[in-house]
Amino acid sequence: MNTSLSWIKAYVPDLNVTAQEYTDAMTLSGTKVEGYVELDKDLENIVIGQIEKIEKHPDADKLIVCQVNVGPETVQIVTGAPNVKEGDKVPVVLDGGRVAGGHEPGQKVAGGIKIKKGKLRGVDSCGMMCSIEELGSTKEMYPESPDNGIYIFEDDAVEGESAVKALGLDDVVFEYEVTSNRVDCYSVIGIAREAAATFGKEFVPPVVKETGNTEDVNDYIKVRVENADLCSRYCARVVKNIKVGPSPKWMQRRLASVGIRPINNLVDITNYVMEEYGQPMHAYDLDTIAGHQIVVRTAEKGEKFVTLDGQEREMDETVLMICDGEKAVGIAGIMGGENSMITDDVKTMLFEAACFDGTNIRKSSKKVGLRTDASGKFEKGLDPNNAQAAIDRACQLVEELGAGEVVGGTVDVYGKKKEPVRVPFDADKINALLGTHIPEAEMLGYFEKIGLSYDAESKEVIAPTFRHDLFCLADLAEEVARFYGYDNIPTTLPRGEATTGKLSFKLRIEEVARDIAEFCGFSQGMTYSFESPKVFDKLLLDKDDPARQTVQIMNPLGEDYSIMRTVSLNGMLTSLATNYNRRNKNVRLYELGNIYLPKALPLTELPEERMQFTLGMYGDGDFFSMKGVIEEFFEKIGLREKETYDPKAGKNFLHPGRQANIIYGGKVVGYLGEVHPAVADNYGIGERAYVAVIDMPEVVELATFDRKYKGIAKYPAVSRDISMVMSKEILVGQVEEIIEKNGGSYLESYQLFDLYEGEQIKEGFKSVAYSITFRANDKTLEEADVTAAMTNILTALEAMGIELRK
Amino acid sequence: MKEKLQSIKEEAIRQIEASDVPEKLNDVRVKFLGKKGELTAVLKGMKDVAPEERPKVGQLVNETRAAIEEILEDTKKKMEAAIREGRLKAEVIDVTLPAKKNMVGHRHPNIIALEEVERIFVGMGYEVVEGPEVEYDMYNFEKLNIPADHPAKDEQDTFYINKEIVLRTQTSPVQARVMEEGKLPIRMIAPGRVFRSDEVDATHSPSFHQIEGLVIDKNISFADLKGTLEVFAKELFGPETKTKFRPHHFPFTEPSAEVDVTCFKCGGKGCRFCKGSGWIEILGCGMVHPHVLEMCGIDPEEYTGFAFGVGLERIALLKYEIDDMRLLYENDIRFLKQF
Repeated sequence: MNTSLSWIKAYVPDLNVTAQEYTDAMTLSGTKVEGYVELDKDLENIVIGQIEKIEKHPDADKLIVCQVNVGPETVQIVTGAPNVKEGDKVPVVLDGGRVAGGHEPGQKVAGGIKIKKGKLRGVDSCGMMCSIEELGSTKEMYPESPDNGIYIFEDDAVEGESAVKALGLDDVVFEYEVTSNRVDCYSVIGIAREAAATFGKEFVPPVVKETGNTEDVNDYIKVRVENADLCSRYCARVVKNIKVGPSPKWMQRRLASVGIRPINNLVDITNYVMEEYGQPMHAYDLDTIAGHQIVVRTAEKGEKFVTLDGQEREMDETVLMICDGEKAVGIAGIMGGENSMITDDVKTMLFEAACFDGTNIRKSSKKVGLRTDASGKFEKGLDPNNAQAAIDRACQLVEELGAGEVVGGTVDVYGKKKEPVRVPFDADKINALLGTHIPEAEMLGYFEKIGLSYDAESKEVIAPTFRHDLFCLADLAEEVARFYGYDNIPTTLPRGEATTGKLSFKLRIEEVARDIAEFCGFSQGMTYSFESPKVFDKLLLDKDDPARQTVQIMNPLGEDYSIMRTVSLNGMLTSLATNYNRRNKNVRLYELGNIYLPKALPLTELPEERMQFTLGMYGDGDFFSMKGVIEEFFEKIGLREKETYDPKAGKNFLHPGRQANIIYGGKVVGYLGEVHPAVADNYGIGERAYVAVIDMPEVVELATFDRKYKGIAKYPAVSRDISMVMSKEILVGQVEEIIEKNGGSYLESYQLFDLYEGEQIKEGFKSVAYSITFRANDKTLEEADVTAAMTNILTALEAMGIELRK
Repeated sequence: MKEKLQSIKEEAIRQIEASDVPEKLNDVRVKFLGKKGELTAVLKGMKDVAPEERPKVGQLVNETRAAIEEILEDTKKKMEAAIREGRLKAEVIDVTLPAKKNMVGHRHPNIIALEEVERIFVGMGYEVVEGPEVEYDMYNFEKLNIPADHPAKDEQDTFYINKEIVLRTQTSPVQARVMEEGKLPIRMIAPGRVFRSDEVDATHSPSFHQIEGLVIDKNISFADLKGTLEVFAKELFGPETKTKFRPHHFPFTEPSAEVDVTCFKCGGKGCRFCKGSGWIEILGCGMVHPHVLEMCGIDPEEYTGFAFGVGLERIALLKYEIDDMRLLYENDIRFLKQF
């Protein structure tokens, strides 16, 4: 929404503020000004001059030398403009002044162009005569401008006076961000009302007198509304003996100031009233309306209609149409039809000011693929009581502008009348809610300024129908607050019962995950929750892999963002690939993010959101570095049992010989492995990459921050080394399991210290050596204690077919 | 005897002085003081001394031993000190050679900003809670006073899974969920991922984060909201920060406000960063709408409250002067390493 300052001042005559003051104060009272443009910011020292004499330039065929009376003096100006003649009154920028741009539209220069006196081909020229473009506007907005050349004023312009003022360029245009609850502020009058209240000035809205001749409009037109739910009111008036012509300059200027191109008096009046009252109107050529009858009804499915921009459009059965006795003549609230549009030959015109259902217009506008100024206003939900006021205002302007003869009366189809809302008022409660001590009388004063009245008997505030955002006390509190000033409300802190500030246990575990990952060199990444269904093929998942059961977005941004992820790896691999492509070395990333697992498809309840701790890396490090991160993490969150690793993880996207499920307490809590080279290829990662995924809900359940101190050993430890040769098929994990099972109560720890395959070891075998440590916490171990445990271990190892090297 | 001891002592001193390394000192010790050393030999010769003389001679021997030991010890200390001195001189390093860094990872700027916000509110007694990212329409819209035909529900803004389920467009549904639990008073913040149907560009992302705040108690006022957010802004952006509350509209709060803070780059004078205004918009807030309280089972006559919502990315972008939102989701290590 835009308005010019001068248009606001038309209804708040005493308003005397700078653009910045206006901006600040309006913003603080709730009508946010996004910004403003001073139309004359680059126009300086530009007056009206009359060309008294034109002579040819002695040395240039295309130049002329003009003597221009600029009021106090006559100056000589050389120009190349083709359109001026003696006696013309023109804008003249004097020596030292500034203009906004060059000849052509869109040639505005930041800061403007300074004009100095000088010589053109040897002849003195003092100043410059200006085109409308040089003054920062366009022929579109000033239709009386010549196609090419100097702007020429009408004869009543006075030499020496400001040309900027005469053109209405001494103005400021404000752009507002109007919130959706304040539909009334999508109009100049609505904003002016707020401005008057904000600055404490009188609000003087236009006075609309009764219009029309002695004829009865009912003799010209009948109106029937079939869908009253979609059209709560339909007002129609008729204007005959139309004289199409340009509208007056004041109207053109106001329209131009808010970016609306003046066309002719009829179009300009409808646009003017739409801006002024916020009520869109439409004009039909009554002679094209069959049966002189208007029927408001929904379209047939597939109905075709040509709008006045010449486009054929297809409707469905929810789109509301304006029809005559035979055919559709307009899409309600969106655009009229080509078949009934006003032409220069129009004789009799039907004015429509209606109130359509906002939601329906919004949806129809989308279906039809056409959003207009009118639909933009209607879709916000207008006040039906405004329609009559607006159509009367339009007819008044028709009479004032001499654009035609208004027929008496209005056809008004208005079912259930919208009544003002009465809101119970309680000053104490408002003060309690705001934390203020504002006297009741002051509150009532604020209400009065914005057109709310007060019924002292029932203690109710009566909100006019244009304010359809006021229903309860809290709404009134906001009205009080914004005029009292949000700034003036004190600042306190909530009192009352103390509460414990804390993070949930789950969030605390996630914090540890972040810390550990970062200690281990991994940086935190973030990727989207939605991705392409193609990722499953990229990850080589089987056709029937359960991960392919996904939550799908009905209206995604595109297929690439159409499913909620069920595995967290795609984001990680994509990020690794991004880094790889950018030649970043040694990349380690982690992410904490949800996957979304549907409980049933189609979805009937919310999917399960499972937090995944995903790690990925390439460069320095290998499978076992990754494994180290997981074990550090488990240790830090109190998972003190030994985790085990099952190489049969069955992950297609991982290297078949370098993958494992991570098992804790008998449960799979995650997996890790080297990315399968085919998958790495799919993502474009040209190095060995490793990933690990921890399913956080599983570990959060087992985690604990409880710690119990165990005494530091006082007695010496005894170590034994064993060296073995075993089939490669046997995992060291199995050896460790045997050591643990058979090590007895003195077993303290064991450590792999040598692993060798190759020469001297027979094919298919490996050499493995462990150092096993025993300790008692109540005595120094005897040789016999250790020997007994070692015997058990060795026996069990041999039973597995492991050869012991003495 | 006395002379003999004196000459032993002198010989020992001579030899000590002639020693250049600790090993040689040790040889001297053995030679004079050892089991087969010269002083021991003197003691062994005591049997030839008259019994009445013995104590005197014994004393003399001990004195001589002590004297030699002292000199030995002294010399040894000096010698070791000289050796250490020499070693230290030889071990001078160039301290400007490059450091050997451990590879340490970096936290995402979003999360750094989030942790700051959490720290502030946890300190004020707020609990950090979470809610589902895939959410019922009812919580995301209806219970927040956003009725069925509200434009905010348009498909152009909201990702729909089906008619009843959406990707939450705000963290505000967590408000409704926490209120419904009915444990009062409430002081909570709810950070999390939210989704809007925006194409990706420098200032938009279809997936971003918000932090919702909610306080419900008896006698909570707009002044409390102002005070709380003022503390928050000062904590987050520095003690000089000022706040400005502007009227605004949200369906689930009334009165509502948008909050600007003084530009932390120019301090409010106006610069390129704040587009010359001196202020930067950081959040939306308001008093919880009585209808929302009612829908969530809280009596608006007894309880009031306030709510606020902060865009996490907005805070992170502002605080760390990141000029393109896409950087936050690319995970380029050169970007992440800067935080």
